[in-house]
Amino acid sequence: MTQTKAAGLTRRELFEAKQRRRSVVIAASSTLMVVVALITLVPLTPGWEKVQRSFFNGAVLADTFPKLIDAFLINIMIFAWSAPAIAILGLLIALARDAKSPALFPLRVFGAAFTDVFRGVPVILTVYLIGFGIPGLGLPRPWNSPYIWGSLALILTYSAYVAEIFRSGIDSVHHSQRAAALSLGLSERQTMRDVILPQAIRNVVPSQMNMLIALQKDVSLLSFIGPVEIFRQAGVFKSLLANFTPYVGAAIIFLIVTIPATRYADYLMARQMRERR
Amino acid sequence: MSKLFSISAISFALIASSALADGHCAAGKTLTEGTLTIATGNPAYYPWVLNDAPESGEGFEAAVAYALAEEMGFASDEVTWVRSSFDEAIQPGVKNFDLNMQQYSITPERDQVVDFSEPYYTAPMAVLVSPGAIDTAPTMEALKSLKWGAVGSTTAVPKLTEVIQPESDPLLYGDNADVNAAISANQIDAALFDLPTALFLSAVMIEGSKVIGQFAPDESDNPDQFGILMEEGNPLKECVDDALAALTESGALAEIEAQWLQDTTGVPLIQ
Repeated sequence: MTQTKAAGLTRRELFEAKQRRRSVVIAASSTLMVVVALITLVPLTPGWEKVQRSFFNGAVLADTFPKLIDAFLINIMIFAWSAPAIAILGLLIALARDAKSPALFPLRVFGAAFTDVFRGVPVILTVYLIGFGIPGLGLPRPWNSPYIWGSLALILTYSAYVAEIFRSGIDSVHHSQRAAALSLGLSERQTMRDVILPQAIRNVVPSQMNMLIALQKDVSLLSFIGPVEIFRQAGVFKSLLANFTPYVGAAIIFLIVTIPATRYADYLMARQMRERR
Repeated sequence: MSKLFSISAISFALIASSALADGHCAAGKTLTEGTLTIATGNPAYYPWVLNDAPESGEGFEAAVAYALAEEMGFASDEVTWVRSSFDEAIQPGVKNFDLNMQQYSITPERDQVVDFSEPYYTAPMAVLVSPGAIDTAPTMEALKSLKWGAVGSTTAVPKLTEVIQPESDPLLYGDNADVNAAISANQIDAALFDLPTALFLSAVMIEGSKVIGQFAPDESDNPDQFGILMEEGNPLKECVDDALAALTESGALAEIEAQWLQDTTGVPLIQ
């Protein structure tokens, strides 16, 4: 490779560079054309002015944006305590489903039933049932707080998904690894802790990143049972001002957080693909 | 000459007013000629519409709708009912109704997007408390220490945050049913509704709860007035306002209010 460089580019390399430049130019100009078409054509539609006033109202956005960011702190708070709990519970459920000993069969049944139920029920239903249902049993304050039980609903639902991802990670570690570890004299527990899990968790980090991004958005479902987080706050503004712009503002705040997170997950995924090849 | 002019002016006014009584003020301005299409909630609630059946004319808004239609020259069989959600009513674009009546509070911001008639009802705000808090005194001081809830899409929210200013952040919900659930779960002590809704909820929905007080409409900086919602620039507005003015003047509107909305003197004013 370095030798060819020293002698200048080969004809093939010159050709490929030209092809690349050409495709960049085509991609850039076609993107530009689409953007220009959108910018010039959409405002020509008869309803644009009304839509702009209702959805893209600069004055409303400036008015409500700081308060939306305040409300977003509640999302971050709920996310911050739910995510570690989900990781721990998800891992425990995955381990329960992977229990090999016949005596632990009930644990496997529990793990399977847990994932079946909480993956099968829409999140919002779980939030309602646990968020209003359990406090309705007569718990004293502050133990009936919607923050506690709403978070628990999120934790249960998301651990079911996360457990399945961990389980696929555990399955992705080849059987020979377990056999080798056991033959070296490691116990079942040591094998799982020191051999299987480190590899399994590493394999599923990109998929779990996607779960984090999804969780970050689903935190808003807690607004149904009372907490005034960003989605509810935007809804309050929407009703008071009869204008949908606060929702657009909320979407912008979500994107500011999720786009870097999504790119990071993509990067991890790509890196993993490269390492596997 | 001037006498002749005034006579002709009077006779012209007479012709105009009889034309109004014949319903010609709405001619050509409705979605379907000869029919008045009115939207209500889905479902529509007591005491605004009884049994979710506006066609019966029972309930405050149903009764007002038929009285209004008659005033505008539509017979009762020329009134068609449709259902709409709050979001459908305020979104830009063509509406599937001429008039929309579902306790819309008139606000200047909403008025920029849609048109409102003159108010047909002024609702005082009232405080509904959970069974555990029925001994709360109807004073501002006592109210501040309660844990509050409200429906997030109503004008109860600014009232709560600006007038009552509770010590802990209020919890907000999507609809009345969720506020009920939160009261039942003892997650909130009190909720702010307009008086008729509060009375209905305490009497029918939440056992043991009580309406402990109301804010005088004149005392509050922002009395909640319900208006009939129309598409922005709807030419019917003038016609509707004239009919409402006639109903108010004749006392018919007050009569309907007395018939369908309970006598409210049992609820004390908040000091």
